[in-house]
Amino acid sequence: MSALQKVMGWVDDRFPLTATYKAHLSEYYAPKNFNFWYFFGSLALLVLVIQIVTGIFLTMNYKPDAELAFTSVEYIMRDVDWGWLIRYMHSTGASMFFVVVYLHMFRGLMYGSYRKPRELIWIFGVLIYLALMAEAFLGYLLPWGQMSYWGAQVIVNLFAAVPFIGEDLSIWIRGDYVISDATLNRFFAFHVIALPLVLIALVAVHLVALHEVGSNNPDGVEIKKHKDANGIPLDGIPFHPYYTVKDIVGVIVFLMVFSAIVFFAPEMGGYFLEANNFVPADSLKTPAHIAPLWYFTPFYAILRAVPPMFGSQFPGVVAMGLSIVVLFFVPWLDRSKVKSIRYRGPIYKIMLALFLVSFIGLGYLGLLPSTPVATIFAQVFSVIYFLFFLLMPWYTSIDKTKPEPERVTG
Amino acid sequence: MKRLKNFLFLLAAAPVVAFASGASVHLDKAPVNLADQDSLQRGARMFVNYCLNCHSAGSMRYSRLQDLGLTEDQIKENLLFAGEKPGETMTVGMTKADGKAWFGATPPDLSVIARSRGADWLYTYLRGFYRDDTRATGWNNTVFDKVGMPHVMWNLQGEMVPRYKKEGEHEVIDRLELAKPGSVTLAEYDAMVGDLVNYLVWMGEPAQVQRKQLGVIVLIFLAVFFVVAYYLKKEFWKDIH
Repeated sequence: MSALQKVMGWVDDRFPLTATYKAHLSEYYAPKNFNFWYFFGSLALLVLVIQIVTGIFLTMNYKPDAELAFTSVEYIMRDVDWGWLIRYMHSTGASMFFVVVYLHMFRGLMYGSYRKPRELIWIFGVLIYLALMAEAFLGYLLPWGQMSYWGAQVIVNLFAAVPFIGEDLSIWIRGDYVISDATLNRFFAFHVIALPLVLIALVAVHLVALHEVGSNNPDGVEIKKHKDANGIPLDGIPFHPYYTVKDIVGVIVFLMVFSAIVFFAPEMGGYFLEANNFVPADSLKTPAHIAPLWYFTPFYAILRAVPPMFGSQFPGVVAMGLSIVVLFFVPWLDRSKVKSIRYRGPIYKIMLALFLVSFIGLGYLGLLPSTPVATIFAQVFSVIYFLFFLLMPWYTSIDKTKPEPERVTG
Repeated sequence: MKRLKNFLFLLAAAPVVAFASGASVHLDKAPVNLADQDSLQRGARMFVNYCLNCHSAGSMRYSRLQDLGLTEDQIKENLLFAGEKPGETMTVGMTKADGKAWFGATPPDLSVIARSRGADWLYTYLRGFYRDDTRATGWNNTVFDKVGMPHVMWNLQGEMVPRYKKEGEHEVIDRLELAKPGSVTLAEYDAMVGDLVNYLVWMGEPAQVQRKQLGVIVLIFLAVFFVVAYYLKKEFWKDIH
């Protein structure tokens, strides 16, 4: 027995190291027919690591103080060794997190990855998405620019629209009557400690749930139905080394896109870093146009699409909240006999396409100042957005599906 | 593979879609060229002489000007007038309260002004001052109406006066004309402002030159790594059908 084996044996008697490695990597059997869309799960994990590591280094030099915050970011950009790189990786990472997560979620919708027995994976995923939105929102206040300040003001004011308790609720969130130093400090605490802990815990249970039931695949058929004499799925291959080497290719392509942005277009034309955020926060100067960052704009557009009722913005806030809450119910709204879009009928394909157009349309409209025409478009898109979910039990059950294959089709 | 290519293309092209901007004022294109060190040095000198009396650049250290090819001695002799040390940041003696009292608004710090305003805006703004006796300073501006800042470089540019045209009901400024010449021609003044804006763009992010150079190396590295990883994957997967 070699020294390494001895050490491993010693550890395994006390901690399931080898067993864990086998269960999650070398003997975790994933379907062999993963396509392009299956890169984004591991990429999301990569971005999470990038955000945590760059975040740690930013925290070493950032000052969560209304007087110092803006300048400390510029200090990082100029005087901290490689500070500009760390900061741009973090700011680009924030947006790219949403890019990969949106693609990951869309993959789920296409291949029915939320269907039985993967309902909990989907629910944990939606919770991750919620935590990620909170994390991004909190982090965006920290540079303490005009957009940080007024964006936070707009979002916190949404809570003020809650009937009866709204005013007190928003003061409780801010810790002040306006966004101030107190708000910055608590947002910093939530951004660097609370939400990251929640995110990591949710990612862990997302993966545990996934590895318990096994991955879905583009055909939406269960590979565990056909096993060989050793109980290994016939269409399954060990995650390591097959998908680790494959994911490395995806990681490199992703890093090329990521680096192209970090090194050549860190502002991404104002989408990743807004020009107005290079103006220090000023509580007396409201910018003419306050747009949230691009990843929130679909929901912002839904908020604005709902007209105030009884002199209250609350219905819009409720609609925005419901647009995310509805995601939790998708596993039970879908009544189709098949999972994958490959074997679904034309109705689901049309509905998914309409949903995609609406979501992107809402995202675009959310960037623009509100005009009567834009509001009508936003209202139409919002209705389609909700109908995609609310009518799902009906249209998925009447849709003409094709028969699923027994085995994956490569 | 084709679908993947199309998809990546879409991903790359999406953010290029024009960003809606509120301002409808025409902006002239600023001649920004960060490779032109002479222009950047002239711009730095303009900045220290004309801007750095009221405006600070609190995140910018004098010593960083070495990135523009200046030596520490050159910085000390030519750009430090009030006994500052090269390691210090570009601050001004004027307090915020003074600025507010004198100009109606505190002159903003200019460290990242090019990032918030954009080069073209600055280039047009600094060439857009005209005589307006209704203003306390005697000056107004084509891109920043009722600006608190006077025309600091008027002795260079001279005095411009507006010529109006009818646009529907309203009279709008058509163009500016030189009423009283300054010490340089208008073309020379444009070039000087061009240098200054070039410098402001550089000062907005002094690391940007290094950033782009490093980016090329990183992308080449990743491209090579991609080839290795691609064939590694192919080798591992050759038995999977």
